[in-house]
Amino acid sequence: MNKKQMERWAPWVLMTATIVLWQIVCSVFSVSEFIFPSPLRIWEQTVEHAPTIAGHAWRTYWVTMVGFGIAIVVGVLLGFLIGSSRLAYAAMYPLMTAFNALPKAAFVPILVVWFGIGVGPAVLTAFLISFFPIMVNIATGLATLEPELEDVLRVLGARRWDVLIKVGLPRSMPYFYGSLKVAITLAFVGTTVSEMTAANEGIGYLLISAGSSMQMGLAFSGLLVVGAMAMVMYELFSLVEKHTTAWAHRGSQGE
Amino acid sequence: MTTPETQAFVEFKNVWLAYNEELQAKGIYAVEDINLSVQSGEFIAIVGPSGCGKSTFMKLTTGLKHPSKGTIHVDGSPVDGPLKISGMAFQAPSLLPWRTTLDNVLLPLEIVEPHRSQFKAKRKEYEARASALLASVGLGGMENKFPWQLSGGMQQRASICRALIHEPKMLLLDEPFGALDAFTREELWCALRDLQAEKKFNVILVTHDLRESVFLADTVYVMSKGPGRFVVKRHIDLPRPRDLEVTYTPEFTDIVHELRGHIGAMRKTGATINQ
Repeated sequence: MNKKQMERWAPWVLMTATIVLWQIVCSVFSVSEFIFPSPLRIWEQTVEHAPTIAGHAWRTYWVTMVGFGIAIVVGVLLGFLIGSSRLAYAAMYPLMTAFNALPKAAFVPILVVWFGIGVGPAVLTAFLISFFPIMVNIATGLATLEPELEDVLRVLGARRWDVLIKVGLPRSMPYFYGSLKVAITLAFVGTTVSEMTAANEGIGYLLISAGSSMQMGLAFSGLLVVGAMAMVMYELFSLVEKHTTAWAHRGSQGE
Repeated sequence: MTTPETQAFVEFKNVWLAYNEELQAKGIYAVEDINLSVQSGEFIAIVGPSGCGKSTFMKLTTGLKHPSKGTIHVDGSPVDGPLKISGMAFQAPSLLPWRTTLDNVLLPLEIVEPHRSQFKAKRKEYEARASALLASVGLGGMENKFPWQLSGGMQQRASICRALIHEPKMLLLDEPFGALDAFTREELWCALRDLQAEKKFNVILVTHDLRESVFLADTVYVMSKGPGRFVVKRHIDLPRPRDLEVTYTPEFTDIVHELRGHIGAMRKTGATINQ
């Protein structure tokens, strides 16, 4: 087996090994299902409750995607604004950093007052938690233009806008796609956290209700589903990234 | 003050520049009392220690900076904004990695008028022009390569092509060969020499390398540091076309030594002035 194949299979091997070990520990020490269910038990529960879980998962998925969509729009616009003007950068960056430091779960009660229980708080929490990395990465890409190149273009009569469109935006694309990967996983966190307190549907709600009725297997399968969705979306965006900005990943492409 | 000589292409008269008003109030200037008269088609080189205001001089010439005092005329009219008839290249090739070599060279045409508005319609013609230009510096067949597939010397050639694609009357080079190895550098000297001989544009070359300045330029100016002033003007009367062999002749070495002497003397006095 060559190195490349090994790299491809490594995560699957590690995952399988972990599950096997987990199962062995649970079986050998006969750990109570109410404390820590075995993988087999989780799987049984997942199959048993499959339609319910699928319904909640779908809800969490689309809510996350809506929040994430808003995050892309707002993140790109704010990033563009901050990255293209020194004044905007100076004015907004400290505030944005302070905002980012706030735990987004703390917003949920406020959002509930404003929008009621349901979709509203979940979408907005997903948005609030995920727009920051997108904004920062777009801004960084725009702000790190070589001054020489800017001179070359300015002397030709290029306006600030020309430089941003011809050079700034394409150059920030790898940063942008890189940030999408991070942001989508954060968006799932946001949705789930919000659903735990402010929804009657979704994986977050499922986790809470499974926990309160001591269905530990079901709670774990909820976690499993969120993790799987986030991982699939992450891989999707990393594929998009590789295909759209190949020029920035030449090292790993092997020419 | 005399009226500007009509035949001078670039004319600096008592030009002073302070980077901001605060510095000007303190009397700290980046360049002081620059007087310069460059003929049409003349190749000048500016040499001097780092931080002596060579790059500032370039920004003044291209209209990216306005002088605090004095006047600058280029091609008969006063400079009051970015000068489209100039092309610039720097030590870093700064090509855009997502564009092919050809598209990198075409970039200025997408920005500068009148090409900008005709770019879509005349794309084929412009591509042919860019290909011809690339071929003339030895990059024929490299049009569809990306910058990272080119060597450092090739990237710098492409960068010079980008500076020349809109057929500027004036080419400004800020240490363009500084990051290249000695052999590649000499190759590029010859490429630049041939381009300039063919198209007769003005060149202002800023460099650290005395041999480079003497080999390429018609006139070498030596600049002092803090304050940035022109202290020596030296005509290089070596006959053209110059071959690389000329750099091994005694005449050539004498000029280089002479310039070296000026810079050496300046460094001593400069050292006492700047702490």
